[in-house]
Amino acid sequence: MLQLQEAGFSYGGRDILADVSLDVAPGSFYFLTGPSGAGKTTFLRLCYQALMPTRGIIRILDRDVRGLEREDITQIRRRIGVVHQDCKFVDHLSMAENIKMPLQVSGRSSELDDASFHDLVSWVGLSARMNALPNELSSGERQRAALARAVVMSPDLILADEPTGNLDWEMAQKILRLLIELNKMGKTVIIATHDLQLIRMAKSKIPARVLRIANNKVQLAGADL
Amino acid sequence: MKKLYVFLNNLTDISMGDVSADKAIPPSGYTANLTSFTAGAMAFLAVFAMALSLATGRLADRWSGELARTTTVRISAPEGQMQAQLDAVVNVLETTTGIASARVMTDDEQRRLLEPWFGPDLPLENLPIPRLVEVMEADIGPDMEGLRLRLSAEAPGAVLDDHTRWRRPLVVAANRLRSLGTIAILLIAGSTAAMITLAAQSALAANGQIISVLRLVGARDVYIARAFVRRFTMRALLGAIIGTTLGMIAIFFLPSAAEEGAFLTGLGFEGWYWMWPLLIPPLTALVAFWATRAAAFRALARIS
Repeated sequence: MLQLQEAGFSYGGRDILADVSLDVAPGSFYFLTGPSGAGKTTFLRLCYQALMPTRGIIRILDRDVRGLEREDITQIRRRIGVVHQDCKFVDHLSMAENIKMPLQVSGRSSELDDASFHDLVSWVGLSARMNALPNELSSGERQRAALARAVVMSPDLILADEPTGNLDWEMAQKILRLLIELNKMGKTVIIATHDLQLIRMAKSKIPARVLRIANNKVQLAGADL
Repeated sequence: MKKLYVFLNNLTDISMGDVSADKAIPPSGYTANLTSFTAGAMAFLAVFAMALSLATGRLADRWSGELARTTTVRISAPEGQMQAQLDAVVNVLETTTGIASARVMTDDEQRRLLEPWFGPDLPLENLPIPRLVEVMEADIGPDMEGLRLRLSAEAPGAVLDDHTRWRRPLVVAANRLRSLGTIAILLIAGSTAAMITLAAQSALAANGQIISVLRLVGARDVYIARAFVRRFTMRALLGAIIGTTLGMIAIFFLPSAAEEGAFLTGLGFEGWYWMWPLLIPPLTALVAFWATRAAAFRALARIS
């Protein structure tokens, strides 16, 4: 699903990530943790090619990202669902239009009938909010809508960047439950978070692995977390 | 072949549009109106530049045609020899190949020619005024050098004036005006492209965040570019249609051609030349299409 071999990224002469080697198997569930500014978001951005590694090799969905054309990157992104920390909605479009956007832009809007769309938005608990604009939603609703948009294309890999960062514990649990459900459906999930409580809760339910970023290195954390 | 297919495909997309792409980019308000206004103003000016270019072209052809087919022989001789030299000149002209007709201008005609300078009561018979012979050339004109030599031999007081010294600067001036008209049209097209590029860049910059979101959810560059290209092309087309229509109406209502001011009043289109300005709106749309497309892809290349 995702392989990194001594991959690194530097910016302005400073290493953000260095010598990262990792093999993420399909269907696995990973947490990526570390202090703010450690490089969690950079790691995720490398995964969906918003950034390119300055060293080493990254293979995503069996494609080496080096030398990928923009068109190839677009095709790969259609197989990756991303939940951004700030959700990244188009503010003048309704939530329904925002959620359907990945299908629209890839010319696959006919693949999602009304019943399936209703099932999707019911799953995230937002059936009644589909005509609302993004600014009219609470933080928790926005995160759930972002999750719905991330999975609407039925991606193989789901990346979530601090999806519970601004939420209360109850809402954070809801989001985590949705992500665990997706993983049980066979999706590979990587969540960047610094919420250790959330990680412990997930580990109590599924065999989640934890990657810790410290000193620009990514290491698999032990069971003591 | 592939490029042609892509081009035709783009044109189809432009005309058909993509509702979802269009909707994702919010309306750009006054920028849209400015684009239409600019395209309209440029189209209006282009109509006049085209009219100028065509009118000066016609003028150059007419001047060179009319002046080229007429020649004048001027005879200055003592009073006692005038009639003899006049007869000799007419005889030479009538027997020269390439001359359709030769006619001695009457006293009245010569008086009218001099009237603007000397008034209507000029006593022509008392003044040593040269006599003029108007010569109309045939389609294939005479050998001017040969004619000049024969005239100087038969009538020493005769001077042949083929109007070359008048004709050449007039035709050169008209041709330069025509070139200036063409350059003006090219400058208008360039300015239109530049202004639409600036407007498109402004719209692209204003929508940078939305473009970034579209890229992240898997939109291809061409999908995003199409929304801008279609919008600016249609605005430019609309503005150009209005500008061209107003320009054509203005040209149509210019005073009709008259002898006194043939150049200014002749500024317009004749016959099927009225079709030429109809090319301005589609050409403006084409300029807008390429300008916006180039601006969009340049902007998109900077977004990961």
